[in-house]
Amino acid sequence: MRRLRLRWRDVEPYVFISPFMIGLVVFIIGPTLGSLVLSLMRFEFVRPPEFIGFDNYAEMFAGDPKVWISLWNTVYYMAGHIPFGMAMAFFVALMLNQKVWGQALFRTMYYLPSVTASVATAIVWSWIFNSRFGLLNNFLDLFGIPGPQWLADTRFAMPALIIISLWGMGSTIVIFLAALQGIPERLYESAAIDGAGRIRRLWHITIPMMTPAIFFVLIIQIVGSFQVFTNAFILTAGGPGDATLFFVLHLYNKAFVALRLGYASALAWLLFVIVLLFTITQVVTARRWVYYEGEVT
Amino acid sequence: MEVGVVRSEPNGERASVRIRRKHYRVLILIQYAFIYAVIIVGSGFFVIPFLWMVRSSLLLHQDVFSVPAIIFPWPVHLENYPDFWNALPFGRFFANTAIVTFTATIGLTISSALVAFGFARFRFRGRGFLFILVLATMMLPKHVTLLPTFLLFRSIGWIDTLFPLIVPSLFGSAFSVFLLRQFFLTLPLELDEAARIDGASSFRIFWQIAVPLSKPAIATVALFAFIGHWNEFLDPLIYLSSMENFTVALGLRFFVSQYSGTYWELMMAASTTAMLPIVIVFFFTQRTFIRGVALTGIKG
Repeated sequence: MRRLRLRWRDVEPYVFISPFMIGLVVFIIGPTLGSLVLSLMRFEFVRPPEFIGFDNYAEMFAGDPKVWISLWNTVYYMAGHIPFGMAMAFFVALMLNQKVWGQALFRTMYYLPSVTASVATAIVWSWIFNSRFGLLNNFLDLFGIPGPQWLADTRFAMPALIIISLWGMGSTIVIFLAALQGIPERLYESAAIDGAGRIRRLWHITIPMMTPAIFFVLIIQIVGSFQVFTNAFILTAGGPGDATLFFVLHLYNKAFVALRLGYASALAWLLFVIVLLFTITQVVTARRWVYYEGEVT
Repeated sequence: MEVGVVRSEPNGERASVRIRRKHYRVLILIQYAFIYAVIIVGSGFFVIPFLWMVRSSLLLHQDVFSVPAIIFPWPVHLENYPDFWNALPFGRFFANTAIVTFTATIGLTISSALVAFGFARFRFRGRGFLFILVLATMMLPKHVTLLPTFLLFRSIGWIDTLFPLIVPSLFGSAFSVFLLRQFFLTLPLELDEAARIDGASSFRIFWQIAVPLSKPAIATVALFAFIGHWNEFLDPLIYLSSMENFTVALGLRFFVSQYSGTYWELMMAASTTAMLPIVIVFFFTQRTFIRGVALTGIKG
């Protein structure tokens, strides 16, 4: 009988963490398992749900070319967005880290697009990329360059979305800038005494010291690339001709346009596995190239 | 030997130093010119879309499409603002978004702080495992849980209400728990102990000691939640179907589908207005923001 009596002191911690734990069960673990079950079912509203085993997965891999198109589109997007975006962010952060006047002001301007990102900015960009009256083609016109149809052209729609994605790199700039400011000055001083030039200091001090931040941003960007939705939905709706059909857009179409929740759940699980594989690969390979201060070298 | 040389030609040496210094100054000047050029041109890329949006919102319909483009909208035409506002129930959209954003932000912040305090200040069985579980949920794409959650809310009749946009946030978010826990860990334990000796309960220590000392971190969490909920698009798109329940993001999208390609000046006025609360909040709190981004970026 005595062992059953609970003391408040023992229960208290669990009371504190209970909000998240309840949410975890109801909104994360439950739905995750539910999604797994759903992916093995035909669940289409119009007829009663039915267990169909791995048919959805079979269709996904063998009977739905749009899966591969959307994955390919994501890879294309990443190939533009990540290297250009990170290089740009790194370069701008390096510049801002010099003793420049108005650093805070510039940082604010660079970061602004990151907080406003939503339907409103998507609309602004559709206006900028407007082929006849948009800002961009007006600008190109000044140099006698006939601008393309951008969002209406299969060849230019994805580059346009990549350009828009670069606009949202402000948070990466801020992260890089903070990392740069965290590099101890003494490292540069002693390197300068040893006669290391600007380039060598960049290569042997700045970049190694930045690897944790670079690694973090890389993970965020890759995971984020697989989840692009709003811009593509508003600007192109996946078109023209599937040229900007992103994975989540395909998932949305299957779930809420075709109303095939079972199949869409299988897609969601594919997404999950891909994101997980990317994250694990990066965490595993990180040991080889990420430098953490305090590590024994 | 060098000393001798310098002594024999003092003027020459000084002259060469002066020349070198001059060269150095010119180099520095060129360097800074380059840096400023890059920063200013770069910031153009980030700022011009906003300026272009505001410009277009202040033009008359026939001037929006003029070639060559009008750069400075003069005289200013504010008519577009009441025009778009009255075209759809935008007042309702803003009220809905404000309800969702405020309740979700407050709930998320309080819950996350409680949970973070629990992880930071108590030892209990399963703490390590549960905390890893919290962190692991950050890797789970939202889309995995999206459809079962949709069915769950559908089964309790919450489709086309604001509840699905608010309720999941009331349990806290993993990111916020993580950020706040890190912050609570830096507070000295002596404070807790002193309060406990005076007979304060854990909840009082949380509310009267930990929370007041953690205002910057809590503000960061609240801000991120605020922005996230204000901008959220996928959830309203899925859950809301009748216009009186729309949020701003969804209303804007509906507006575009009605006026696409014709009334750009109205769409720009609508976009400007939709962004305004975020921009105002951001300008008053940017320090908190930047610190939050930098903090999580490095700790992550």
